[in-house]
Amino acid sequence: MADSETNTASGDDAPKRPEPSGNVDPASMTQISAKETLDVRSAKKTSIPEGLWLRCPGCDKMLFRKAMEANLHVCPECGHHFRISATERIRQLCDVKSFEPRRWKLEGADPLNFIDLKPYPDRLAKEQEKTGQPEAIQAGRAFIKGRPVALCCLDLTFMMGSMGSVVGEAITRSIEFATDRELPLIIVSCSGGARMQEGALSLMQMAKTSAALARFDDAGGLFISLLTDPTTGGVTASFAMLGDVILAEPGALIGFAGPRVIKQTIRQDLPEGFQRAEQLLDVGMVDRVVPRSELRNEIARIIDYAGK
Amino acid sequence: MSRAATNYELAFEKPLAELDRSIRDLEAAVLPETDSDQAQELARLRAEREDRLREIYENLEPWETVRIARHPLRPQTRDYVRLMFKDFCELHGDRRFGDDPAIVTGFARVGSIKCLVVGHQKGKDTAEKVACHFGCAHPEGYRKALAKMKLAEKFGLPIVTLVDTPGAFPGIGAEQRGQAEAIAVCMKEMSRLQTPIVSVVIGEGGSGGALAIAVADRVGMLEHAWYSVISPEGCAAILWKEANEKTNREAARALKLTARDNLALGIVDDVVPEPVGGAHRDPESAAENLQHWLTERLRELKRFKPANLPARRRLRFRKLGVTDGGASLVSLEGDE
Ligand SMILES: [Zn+2]
Repeated sequence: MADSETNTASGDDAPKRPEPSGNVDPASMTQISAKETLDVRSAKKTSIPEGLWLRCPGCDKMLFRKAMEANLHVCPECGHHFRISATERIRQLCDVKSFEPRRWKLEGADPLNFIDLKPYPDRLAKEQEKTGQPEAIQAGRAFIKGRPVALCCLDLTFMMGSMGSVVGEAITRSIEFATDRELPLIIVSCSGGARMQEGALSLMQMAKTSAALARFDDAGGLFISLLTDPTTGGVTASFAMLGDVILAEPGALIGFAGPRVIKQTIRQDLPEGFQRAEQLLDVGMVDRVVPRSELRNEIARIIDYAGK
Repeated sequence: MSRAATNYELAFEKPLAELDRSIRDLEAAVLPETDSDQAQELARLRAEREDRLREIYENLEPWETVRIARHPLRPQTRDYVRLMFKDFCELHGDRRFGDDPAIVTGFARVGSIKCLVVGHQKGKDTAEKVACHFGCAHPEGYRKALAKMKLAEKFGLPIVTLVDTPGAFPGIGAEQRGQAEAIAVCMKEMSRLQTPIVSVVIGEGGSGGALAIAVADRVGMLEHAWYSVISPEGCAAILWKEANEKTNREAARALKLTARDNLALGIVDDVVPEPVGGAHRDPESAAENLQHWLTERLRELKRFKPANLPARRRLRFRKLGVTDGGASLVSLEGDE
């Protein structure tokens, strides 16, 4: 699960500002940390112990891991949707062996020579070793129930799915690919937000991807945005909320600022279900909440209505 | 100077305090008129003070720049509107929910050029600060900005945006009314507006809340403004596990958030100079410099057909994060 060493710009542990006018630090509130998203669902810890059994954070029952995994990583008892990697997402969503990754050689770089407690290249190397992936995204062409699509999946297992230049570039190239080939575009989001270690360059990926989507929109392309747990910060505030049709998985945390930061700012408790997919549906921010088992059908259906 | 200024300490200006005291004492000293020693000494002290001030402001640490960018006397959007623009015709409301005072919009003239102004307003006195949520806009602020920018496009007016926010507001209402969607849509639509857009970060360029109104053809930064993905305190709290004077300083350095750094990274096109000692010391001169820069950029953009601007604007942002050659972030391996 998410690395507790958060790598996303987040408002976790709100910083103190000395001036009276600085009672909040909103710049840091636009995103969310790994720790926060893990803590927020319930008071219980949701860490998954390695082994045959695990406790479901939804219903607190002990689940046989293989049974849960065979059920699309959804609790067979209560329907809790466990977080999954990009690789697993692709396996679930695409027709068997239909995913062809775009042949980019994506390599992270360190444009700011960023060093906090350790250098950014060291963090990247550690994440690459841990995940076997070059970055926090997989992108390519695939078929969903026989329909060709351009597909991007953010990867929560790599630096909390945070968006730096490589993720922004891969998303943008996929949008351009979908534009050129007149393919429906599917982006599966899960992210802690923009990646701090690339500073303003990470921020610029928000404008870059949004501008690419404007062109795709002008060309009449269909963009289905799928929001999964958690989708926050600069990812939500750019491509993720720009879908022609926006789908969300049940229970997914979706927001701009993280719950903890909001709580610290307004100094009151947050309403039940705040920033969860079901509430976003209530307030009109997403089109449909779709259980994982129905995603392939739903996406195919929307493509049939709106795709070229 | 107002009380606000005396409450806001800039530690790096302490070396000036003694000089200031000497100057004040000497000014107050009652001596027989036309004492040439006194006049001479005063002139010397004032010159020395000017030199020291220049030296300090030329050698600021990034964290010190952040402190200046937040100075309570630093001019804000409404100050620049008063100082640079003529005949400001404010336009209110997003036609959906409300009128967010944290974003100011309206028609105005800069020199002879008619335009639409959009800017964050943090507020100067307590009442205004509270009303503006200290410059943290709600979704209705961004929707108001976009609605007025579309008016500008319709009527062939160029757009000037002044960026000055710690970030978009984090709250229950803001989230439920679609803060993320409002920002995303604002960026997406700005990218395809067929009219020239010039943006300048005048104070704080805090994350998505700042960028939301800065998807422009030309982006500038005032010399002592900051612009990044997160505030130094936010960054320090996460990556250094604690925000304090020391870690804030380190985070500010690491984020490369100053005007000069952003120029080197290609994120802004120009750095607009401030008067010696910062815009808060001399708002008129700061406004004069900014007006000069804005006018120049607006004239330059007038040469392009409005219909051709979106493609160029998109390309401007398209290039950020990828470069050719040795320092490339993404190396391609025979795509397709
Ligand atoms: Zn369960």
